Amino acid sequence: MTEKLIRIKVKRQDAADQVPYWEEFDVPYRKNMNVISALMEIQRNPVRVDGVRVRSVFWEYNCLEEVCGACSMRINGKVRQACSALIDRLQQPIVLEPMSTFPVEKDLIVNRQIMFDSLKKIKGWIAIDGTYPLGAGPRIAPDEQQEAYKYATCMTCGCCLEACPNVNDHSPYLGPQAMAQAKYFNSHPIGKMMAKERLEAVISNAGIASCGNSQNCVQVCPKEIPLTTALAELNRDANRFMLRKLLKG
Amino acid sequence: MSSSKALPVSTPLLQKHFLLSRLHSLAGIVPLGAFLIEHLYSNAVALQGAFAYDKQVATLQGIPFVWLLEIFLILLPLLYHAGYGIYVSLLSSPNTRTYGYGSNWRFLLQRVSGIVTLLFVVYHVWSFRLKSAFFGTEVDFHAVSAHLLNPWIFAFYVLGVLSVTFHFTNGLWSGLITWGITTGPRAQQISGRILLVLFALLSVVGLGSMLAFV
Repeated sequence: MTEKLIRIKVKRQDAADQVPYWEEFDVPYRKNMNVISALMEIQRNPVRVDGVRVRSVFWEYNCLEEVCGACSMRINGKVRQACSALIDRLQQPIVLEPMSTFPVEKDLIVNRQIMFDSLKKIKGWIAIDGTYPLGAGPRIAPDEQQEAYKYATCMTCGCCLEACPNVNDHSPYLGPQAMAQAKYFNSHPIGKMMAKERLEAVISNAGIASCGNSQNCVQVCPKEIPLTTALAELNRDANRFMLRKLLKG
Repeated sequence: MSSSKALPVSTPLLQKHFLLSRLHSLAGIVPLGAFLIEHLYSNAVALQGAFAYDKQVATLQGIPFVWLLEIFLILLPLLYHAGYGIYVSLLSSPNTRTYGYGSNWRFLLQRVSGIVTLLFVVYHVWSFRLKSAFFGTEVDFHAVSAHLLNPWIFAFYVLGVLSVTFHFTNGLWSGLITWGITTGPRAQQISGRILLVLFALLSVVGLGSMLAFV
């Protein structure tokens, strides 16, 4: 009996400033394979379907359990984590492409720096202590903890930005990730002290005004973060903030 | 290498993006939405016959300072809503082919129906407001009837009416989120269903009134 093969088509790019091209590989099938293990097979034996040995495919991965966000890529068109993309559930040939919203560095590796820059813009941290310790913070009720925890699971994977039709090279929008994190840090009793600064970012030109309610973000989020709820609640907060600013000014 | 492929874009128009976007939403709901309801009602009067319709038209034309209302409650909000709407549409890259979710299709349709509505409204206003303002042509049951008896114009009006009712009701769905009223998925699902019924009702009223003229 001949060996069962999986056909994988990869969009490749040798460097950031190079033109992308396609290559196809056949990988021997094993039970319970995911896209990562298929890519590992290509790494082991980088031979194209036409028998030519090529440079092995570059991609990123870490945790292999959908908590790190490193292996985001477009699999058969849709963005998702490669580690949780099971071969048995994918239509072949399996088409792998890097995310298109981010600059490609090499093959399937993209630079997600814009998301970390966004976190700086929305002040995605809790300011604790100064030159001396300020003591224990206020207690947080368990239901508030549960609510906040959903947003704490964001792994900066970039899926929501990739799927959002309003995050692109001709739009100023920071995207759902940054907005949800602004709402997350504003829900913390100490984080709240910087709420106005975060809301300034939310009503800035790169902020929530560009949300068009396509709601793709909440559909593709691997962590099932209630992004659209965060956006709607943030809309309410931002409206009040803007109105107060106008009336005070 | 550059790490800011997606960001940032800063154009003068964007300096007040947030405030302008809220005004865009407000303009669409309050003056334009209210006018749409009034207009659909006035058209529906045609179902009571030519005499009743002409009386309704005369009543509207007889409102004191009607031109002030037309300019400040219709024309200016409309121009602003359309202009800013086109600008916002240009910021998006539709991706329904990859992400074919219902809400993503409505996102695209909202933009498409906005453009169709604008073309329809420009033609409609030219036919029944500007023409009469410039050339003194009569606006009455007979004029509308003559207009709609042309099958091409009738078909364009069907498309126009459906675009307007979709754009308005879907815009209300989106507006409820923009104004932070429906925040959770359940509330948004229910508001979606209610507005779908409103879309059907307004479409029936709009299209049904057209049939009164032919």
